[in-house]
Amino acid sequence: MAGIGDLFRQEIRVINLGLEAFALTLEQLGVPVIHVAWSPPAGGDPRKAALLAALADEEEE
Amino acid sequence: MSIKSANQQALGRLVEAQPVLADCLPAEQAMGLTGRTVLHAGPPLAWERACATMQAAVLCAVRYEGWAPDDAMALNLVLRGEVRLGPCHHMRAVGPMTGIITASMPVFVVENRAQGNRAHVTINEGLGKVLRFGANDESVVERLRWLAREAGPVLGAAIRASGGIDLRALMAQAVRMGDEMHQRNVAASSLLARTLMGQLTRARADTQAIARVADFIGGNDQFFLNLAMAVGKACTDPCLGIEDSTMVVAMARNGTDFGIRVAGLGDRWFTAPVEMPQGLYFPGFGAEDANPDMGDSAIVETVGLGAFAMAASPAVVRFVGVGGMQEATRATEEMAEICLGEHPHFRIPALDERGTPVGIDIRKVVETGITPLINTGIAGKTPGVGQIGAGVARAPLSCFEQALEAFGSRRQSTRGYGG
Amino acid sequence: MIKRSAYQDSVTLLGLARELRTRNGVLEAAALMGSPANKDLLAQSGLLTTEAAAAGVNDLVIVIRADSAEAAGAALSQAEAFLGARQRRLEGAGRRLPRTLESARRHLPDANLVVISVPGAFAASEARKALSLGLHVMLFSDNVALEDEVALKELARRRGLLLMGPDCGTAILNGVPLGFANAVPRGRVGFVAASGTGLQQVMTLLAARGEGVSQAIGVGGRDMTEQVGGVMTLQALDALGADPTTELIIVVGKPPAPLVRGQVEARLRAMQKPCVMALLGRGVRGRQEGSLATAATLEDASEAAMAMLQGVAWTSRPFSAPPTEIRTHLQAVWKTLAPERRVVRGLYAGGTLAHEAALILEPFLGPVATTLTPESAGRHSVVDLGSDEFTLGRAHPMLDSSLRVQAIHQAAREHDVGVLLLDVVLGHGAAADPAGDVAPAIEAARAEARDRGRGLAVVASVIGTARDPQGREAQVARLGAAGAWVLPSNAQAARAAACIAGGEPVMQSLLGSGGA
Repeated sequence: MAGIGDLFRQEIRVINLGLEAFALTLEQLGVPVIHVAWSPPAGGDPRKAALLAALADEEEE
Repeated sequence: MSIKSANQQALGRLVEAQPVLADCLPAEQAMGLTGRTVLHAGPPLAWERACATMQAAVLCAVRYEGWAPDDAMALNLVLRGEVRLGPCHHMRAVGPMTGIITASMPVFVVENRAQGNRAHVTINEGLGKVLRFGANDESVVERLRWLAREAGPVLGAAIRASGGIDLRALMAQAVRMGDEMHQRNVAASSLLARTLMGQLTRARADTQAIARVADFIGGNDQFFLNLAMAVGKACTDPCLGIEDSTMVVAMARNGTDFGIRVAGLGDRWFTAPVEMPQGLYFPGFGAEDANPDMGDSAIVETVGLGAFAMAASPAVVRFVGVGGMQEATRATEEMAEICLGEHPHFRIPALDERGTPVGIDIRKVVETGITPLINTGIAGKTPGVGQIGAGVARAPLSCFEQALEAFGSRRQSTRGYGG
Repeated sequence: MIKRSAYQDSVTLLGLARELRTRNGVLEAAALMGSPANKDLLAQSGLLTTEAAAAGVNDLVIVIRADSAEAAGAALSQAEAFLGARQRRLEGAGRRLPRTLESARRHLPDANLVVISVPGAFAASEARKALSLGLHVMLFSDNVALEDEVALKELARRRGLLLMGPDCGTAILNGVPLGFANAVPRGRVGFVAASGTGLQQVMTLLAARGEGVSQAIGVGGRDMTEQVGGVMTLQALDALGADPTTELIIVVGKPPAPLVRGQVEARLRAMQKPCVMALLGRGVRGRQEGSLATAATLEDASEAAMAMLQGVAWTSRPFSAPPTEIRTHLQAVWKTLAPERRVVRGLYAGGTLAHEAALILEPFLGPVATTLTPESAGRHSVVDLGSDEFTLGRAHPMLDSSLRVQAIHQAAREHDVGVLLLDVVLGHGAAADPAGDVAPAIEAARAEARDRGRGLAVVASVIGTARDPQGREAQVARLGAAGAWVLPSNAQAARAAACIAGGEPVMQSLLGSGGA
């Protein structure tokens, strides 16, 4: 999945995090989209959220 | 190692374990359990914090072993420290409900042929007045003596003669037959009975003895539960000590505390008060009669079974009060949110052969706030009443938060900030 | 009513609160997550109950003030029903929605783009996760720290991925509109935009002339600053340069930091395709040097692009309509305005459109304020109602016109405001009827001003296309019927406002000269 140019040749398939309205618009347009029922990590606790971010998986190759 | 690689390694070891039922022997012999030690379910427990059911079970075991003639003397020994208490988990064992193991009790030996480690568990006593539920009278002691004297040796001989029984294959088949291996084990118990039948009949023992053992196994739908737990233990023990892994390797309750262990955090337990199970009660019982959550049986959920496999078990769904198939599927999907992967060997036909979610990641639990769901029996809080219902319990979020903090500190100190 | 651990996004909650406020008997309603900032807002409106005060960040707080217990109870029931219905709709046929990016990927394994509009404090780590998984990102969220932006774009650059944003509200990839975007045809013009509404203006003008978009890549408002160094702009230019379907490239934004400008211009000059720079700032003059054109306004950018695609010389006029028509209209307007009513007040939903309007007004009218303070009384002002100071506790003006409506009524009462200048932005994600939302206020304000014998002119432009959900023609007609003078572009609307406020001299300089 490398290269912006590659993206131009693929069908856009979206994961939507946040405002539900965006996912609904894309659904209505027939664009493959999945909405994530997102909520702040660690219930919004900033310290725990920072710890989670620090312990997140590194890049996939 | 990166956390990702460590988790991949840990999950790999867990799902590719090859648990084989290899023997049945006295605990002293199989586990090196010597001296006056009483093992119990769950994380380490101080006597004064133990619930009544657990205390009753411990005192009964002391009498059973003959270390004291009555409960008063038994209590004395415990309070003076002449009888030591310790978690089954610390001695490569697991136990359901009170989970009591002492030296002369016969235990199944499950060998993980992939990694060479072993796990142990007692023979399930059956229903009603049993040590598992803190029953304490002579009938309990009598049955324990019979297990040691007759059932253990007969089963041991039969198992040895069979050359070992592949438990992973048996469980995979049972899951396909509607067991989830925690509250429903009837298919697995039946498959085990069928597997053992030939060797049992050839065992060199009195035919009456064999008949008693056969009746004993045949009459207990939940006979296989203990073995499922030992399989869980055998699969997870080799993952302990994989540095940098955030995978949960044990979940256990002692009726007071809920404890978890994490692959990358060694022997440490992270505990919080147990929650009360929520579910359905047998006639005549209600929530006010319930004992807090208890037992090592959550090891089953730790390896992707039990509540995690709820979608595979329509029959259990109503039994634990979850609702219908839709809720059961949702339960499995919810657990998938906090797991590292899908089990390659335990698959759910109703979900297009998807593997059960397995490998709980403490990061995901803290991130989403979704705590592991456990299908559990509900014990009566009065010792010896037995099982009064069935339902679901959750592992407390605090255990995972504490573990995450510990993981963060450890990483910071070993790799420098931002590693 | 408090719902524990029941997170809902801000737009949904603001919509719910608005619905509840329209109920009989409800005096005030609020639906907010229990964050400290939101609890302050509740306190300010006198709605901070003890329960609400004890709520946590992940708890949903709904507070109703009503004239009776029944009305309050009914409103709370409606809120419950609303939330329940949403939950069921989101979950579709009994399936759970995924809770994290990772588990979403199990449902849609070949996803290639993550659109992130979560609160800014959490947006950077979600974006990092997405990039680490090899996914392109559209980062709609703002309030992302600068150092996070720099680190994210470096990661994206290294992996050959897009990071559009932060604060990227508009993009079009492979013909798919993302965020607030218009229905424009697929075509041969590629965009690199540090601005959402700027992009929308240029591409809708091109669409009206039959030219479409190959790709419209947002880079976020800070990309071309010195600290970020134009990383995404340069990545996007390279990609469009190599894209065979893109025949012309337009860069939209503000003037870059000098170092970045040098790199951007070098890239553009080296392109084998014609390019247009629409980097709007003071003193920018339109010019063409070979295949690189510089435009001072968004409309000029579209004109320059059309000319270069057609291979003709680029000329620009101040107004599309013939000068006589403009003159006649202005003279009629001046007659309705009392002499002291000569101040321009711009009330904008689009930040770049506000910026463009101020740049156009200043040479003719002198300094233009960008805020509404007591000190700005008597001065020309152009206000971006989408900026932070106006959007606390309130949805963006592209969705919620209430603040703009209030400001229109207010302007009628101020003795020196002579002309209101508005942008009406259409497209996916915008309100269902933006013109209809402001038209009654425009009518009422003009009527009130007329009654006071002072008059009020309203000038507007509609940024949209015929195929937008709202329909451009209908929106233009609605505004016209309310008494607004609707011009074809924001630049022309700003010039019209300058003429109204500045009188004959300004009109002469525009219509007489015929230059930009």
